[in-house]
Amino acid sequence: MKIGALKEIFDGEARVAITPSSAVHLAKLGHTVFVESGAGARAGFSDDDYAKAGVTVSRTAAELVGAVDLLAKVRPATEAEIGQMRAGQTLISFFYPAQNADLLARAKDQGITAIAMDMVPRISRAQKMDALSSMANIAGYRAVIEAANNFGRFFTGQVTAAGKVPPAKVLVVGAGVAGLAAIGTSVSLGAQVHAFDVRPEVAEQIESMGAEFVYLEFDQQVQDGAATGGYAAPSSPEFREKQLAKFRELAPQMDIVITTALIPGRDAPKLWTADMVAMMKQGSVIIDLAAEKGGNCDLTVPDERIVTENGVTIVGYTDFPSRMGAQASELYGNNIRHFVADLTPAKDGVIVHNMEDDVIRGATVARDHDVTWPPPPPKIAAIAAQKPKEKKKELTPDERRAAEAAAFKADTANQIKLLVGGGLVVLLIGLVAPASFMSHFIVFVLACFVGFRVIWNVAHSLHTPLMAITNAISSIIILGALMQIGSGSAWVVILGALAVLMASVNIFGGFMVTRRMLAMFQKS
Amino acid sequence: MEYGFTTAAYVVASVLFILSLGGLSGQESAKRAIWYGIVGMALAVAATLFGPGAGNWFLSLVMIAIGGTGGWLVAKRVQMTEMPQLVAAMHSLVGLAAVFVGFNAQIELGRVTRLIAEGVPVAFTGFAALLAGKTGPEIAMLNIEVFLGIFIGAVTFTGSVVAFGKLSGRVDGKPKKLPGGHMLNAGALALSILFGILYFTGVGPAVFWLILVTLLAFFIGYHLIMGIGGADMPVVVSMLNSYSGWAAAAIGFTLGNDLLIVTGALVGSSGAILSYIMCKAMNRNFVSVILGGFGGETGPAAAIEGEQIAIDADGVASALNEADSVVIVPGYGMAVAQAQGAVSELTRKLRAAGKTVRFAIHPVAGRLPGHMNVLLAEAKVPYDIVLEMDEINEDFPSTDVVIIIGSNDIVNPAAQDDPNSPIAGMPVLEVWRAKQVFVSKRGQGTGYSGIENPLFFKENTRMFYGDAKDSINKLLPMID
Repeated sequence: MKIGALKEIFDGEARVAITPSSAVHLAKLGHTVFVESGAGARAGFSDDDYAKAGVTVSRTAAELVGAVDLLAKVRPATEAEIGQMRAGQTLISFFYPAQNADLLARAKDQGITAIAMDMVPRISRAQKMDALSSMANIAGYRAVIEAANNFGRFFTGQVTAAGKVPPAKVLVVGAGVAGLAAIGTSVSLGAQVHAFDVRPEVAEQIESMGAEFVYLEFDQQVQDGAATGGYAAPSSPEFREKQLAKFRELAPQMDIVITTALIPGRDAPKLWTADMVAMMKQGSVIIDLAAEKGGNCDLTVPDERIVTENGVTIVGYTDFPSRMGAQASELYGNNIRHFVADLTPAKDGVIVHNMEDDVIRGATVARDHDVTWPPPPPKIAAIAAQKPKEKKKELTPDERRAAEAAAFKADTANQIKLLVGGGLVVLLIGLVAPASFMSHFIVFVLACFVGFRVIWNVAHSLHTPLMAITNAISSIIILGALMQIGSGSAWVVILGALAVLMASVNIFGGFMVTRRMLAMFQKS
Repeated sequence: MEYGFTTAAYVVASVLFILSLGGLSGQESAKRAIWYGIVGMALAVAATLFGPGAGNWFLSLVMIAIGGTGGWLVAKRVQMTEMPQLVAAMHSLVGLAAVFVGFNAQIELGRVTRLIAEGVPVAFTGFAALLAGKTGPEIAMLNIEVFLGIFIGAVTFTGSVVAFGKLSGRVDGKPKKLPGGHMLNAGALALSILFGILYFTGVGPAVFWLILVTLLAFFIGYHLIMGIGGADMPVVVSMLNSYSGWAAAAIGFTLGNDLLIVTGALVGSSGAILSYIMCKAMNRNFVSVILGGFGGETGPAAAIEGEQIAIDADGVASALNEADSVVIVPGYGMAVAQAQGAVSELTRKLRAAGKTVRFAIHPVAGRLPGHMNVLLAEAKVPYDIVLEMDEINEDFPSTDVVIIIGSNDIVNPAAQDDPNSPIAGMPVLEVWRAKQVFVSKRGQGTGYSGIENPLFFKENTRMFYGDAKDSINKLLPMID
C-alpha cells in the first residue's frame, strides 16, 4: 500500500502525521511512504530528511492524493481536502465526528474510509495508538512551561543569601492525562502542587505523582470514571456548588491554576469563575487547556493571552501540542504507525480493514458510502470498576489501650490454660510412668521449651540455614547407633553400622551445606 | 567417673546446640553459630565413642569416615538451587537411622531377656546392661518409646523421599491421593496402633509386629506427602524436619540418653515453629496443609477481563534506565532458571547507575523457607537490600519499576480482591501499586496453585516472556 502525509494547511499548525522515523517503521510493514513537500518543515523535518528515510516527496498536495491509497493527517481534513480524494481511499486523522457532522456526510458521499484517531477506544491494547493521550500529555507539559514563562517568579522554593523564595503554589483542575502531565512537570520544577478531580479514584494517581489531592467532603456516591471509559461525567448541581466553594477557598493562595476539565461531547464546565479570578494575587497565571471547548475559566478568550485588571494572566491557547511540533509529530507519527500496523496484520503491505476488531471498528467513522459512527460498545470493558474503598478506622488512644488490655487478658488466659493443661498431662503421665522415665521427661519438656523460645528469634532470611543446621543436628541419632553397635547380636551390629553410616552422611553434609550458605551472606 | 565425663560432655554439647540455633538470629552471629553446632556434635560423638558402653569403635570410625566423606562430597557439589531437595533427602536418612536404632533396641531387648531367662551368667555391657537393669513397667514404657521412634522415623523416611522427588521434579508436584484419601491414612494409622498393642502385650513375635508397623508407617509417609501440592513443600520440609527431631527424642528415651532427648526436642520444636510460621505466611491452617491440597472450593473464582501484554527487552531496559527506584521480586522461577547470578549483575549495574534497587521476599517464595535469601546471597546480593514483605509492602506506590522474576501466587491480587479465590486472605506483595510492573515468565501458565493471576492483566503490567536467565542477560547490555 502507498501511504502519504499531507502538509497541514491549518494556520499555525506545526505538526505532521508521518515523521522520517515513523516512515522507516511503515516501510518495514511493507508500505511505500509518500509525503507532501514541506509537510515536516515546521516540525523540523526537511524534505531531505524524508528522502533519506526512503520517503518519496511529492511536490503538490494533488499529486500526493493521486498517488496514495491511505492519507494521513493531523487536523481534521477540510471539505476541500476530502473533495480531492477518490472513493475507496482511506483518510486517517483527528476527525471529531460528533462536532463535524457535515464533514462526516461529505466523507460518506465521497465513499472514502475515514479513520478518526480521536475515536480509538480506551483499552489497554490500543494505548499505543491513543493520540488523544499522547497529545494531552504534551499539552499538560507545555501548559506548565507557558505558565512558568508568564509567571514572574521561581517555581521552586529557595533560601538564598539574597532572601527567601517561597515555592509557587499550583492548582491543577482535572487529572486526566493532561492534568497528570501538568502535575508531574510542576512537581519536577519544584512547585507545591494541589490537584482536583471529580473522579475519586484518581486520588491515588494524583498522590503518586507527588501532588496533594484536594479532598471534597461529599456524601453522595460520586460516579466512577470506569463507567464512562475513563472520562469524567457531568456532576450534580450540589456537587458543583461544593466544588466551587472549595475553589474559592483556594483561589487567593494559588499562583498558578491549570484547568484541564473536559467532559466528552460537551462544552467545558465553567469551574473558575470571574470572582475567583478577582480574588487571585497580582501576577498569578491561569492556563486554560479547555479553551477550545469554551474554557473552564469565565474570562478565557480562546487562542489568546489576556491580562485582567488585577494583573492575572489568562492563557487560552488551543494549540499546545503544535507549539511543540517536533515532539508532537514524533508521538503522533508513532500513534499512526501503530494503527497502520494493526491494519496490516501480516506485515506484507496489504491493508486488511477488519471491522470485527474493536479498535479498528471503533475508530472507523465512515466506510463504503456509509456512516459507521457511533460504533457499538467494545466487547471488552476498558477499565475494571473501582470498589468503594473502606476507610481504616483510626483508633483513639483509649480504644487502643482497651484493645491492648483485652489482648493482654486473652494472652494471659491462654497461657494459663496451656500451663494448666500441660501440667495435667504431665501429672497423668507421672501417674503411670516409672520414675526413671520421669527424670528424662523433665529434660525433654525443658528442651522443647528452650527450642520454642530460641527459634522465634531466628531471622526470617536464615530459615533455610536453620533447616539445614537442625537437619545436621538431628543426626545426633548417631549416638544411639554408636551405643548399640557393640552388641553381641550380628543383626544389631549390621543395622547399627548402617545407621552410623547414614547419620554421618547427614552430619558432614548438613554442616557443610550450612557453612556454604552462611558464608554467602554479606553486607553491601 | 567415666559416666561423669560423658554426662559433662553431653551438657556442654546441649548448651552448644542451643547457642547454635540461637545464633541464627542474625547473619553475622550465624557464622559463629555453625561452629557451635560442629563442636557440639564432635564432642557428643567423641564422648559416646570413648565413653562407657560403646564397643566396636573401630567399625564405627570406619563407618563415620565413609559416611562423612560421602556427605561432604555431596554437600560440596550440590548447586544452591538444589538445596531444598538435599535437605529433604537428608531428612530421610535421619528417619531411616531412627528406624534401625529402634529395631536394634527391640532385638537387643529380646536377646537380653532371653539370656536372663536362660540364666546364663553374662556380664552385660553398654546398652545391654541398661536393658538388663529394667523393671517390668520400665520395659513397657520402653516398648512405647520404641514403637513411637520407629513409627515417626518410618513416616519421616518415606515422606522425605517423596518430598525429595517432588522438589527435584522426579515426581509430579500435583497433589495425588489413592482412592479412599485420608480414610486410607486413618485406617493405616489404626492398624499400626493395633499392631503396636499386640507388640506391647507380647503376643507373638515382637519384631514381626514392628516390621508390620514400619511398613504401614512407610505407606502413611508416602501417601500423606503425595497428597500435598508442590506449593506447600516449604511447610512439608519443615514439618519433616520436626518429625526427625521427635523420632530422635523418642529413641533418646529408649536409650536413656539425655543428649538425644534434648537435641531431638530442640529440632522437633524448631521444625514445628517453622511450619507454623510458614502456614501463617500463607494464611493457611496447618491441619489443612497437612491434609493436603488447597481447601475446599468456596465458589467460582472471579473471571478476569483484559489481556496480557507482552514487552521486549528494549522496553524493559528503557523503563529501567528511566526509573529511580526498582524492586525485584524473585520466586521459584528464578531458582529453576538459575537466574540469580544474572539478577545480581543487573542489580549491580542499576546500583552503579545511582538507582535504588531492593528485593522483596515473600515468606513462602521458593520451596524452602528463606530459599530466595540463600540464592541471592549465593549470587552476592548484599543482604541489607533484601527486604521482607512487611518491610517493603508500603513502599510499592512510590516505586517506579517492579520486576517479578518467576513468582506468581505471592504477587496475586486475587488474594485480596477475590473472596472466592483459593488463596483469598493470603498476604501478598502489593506490586500492582507500583507505577510499572514487568513479569519475567516462561509462558502464560498458572502458578503452583494453578490459579489465574489478575496481576498479569493489569494496565501497568507488561509480560516479559522467556527463560528468566536469558531474559535478564538480554537486559544487561542495555542498562547504562
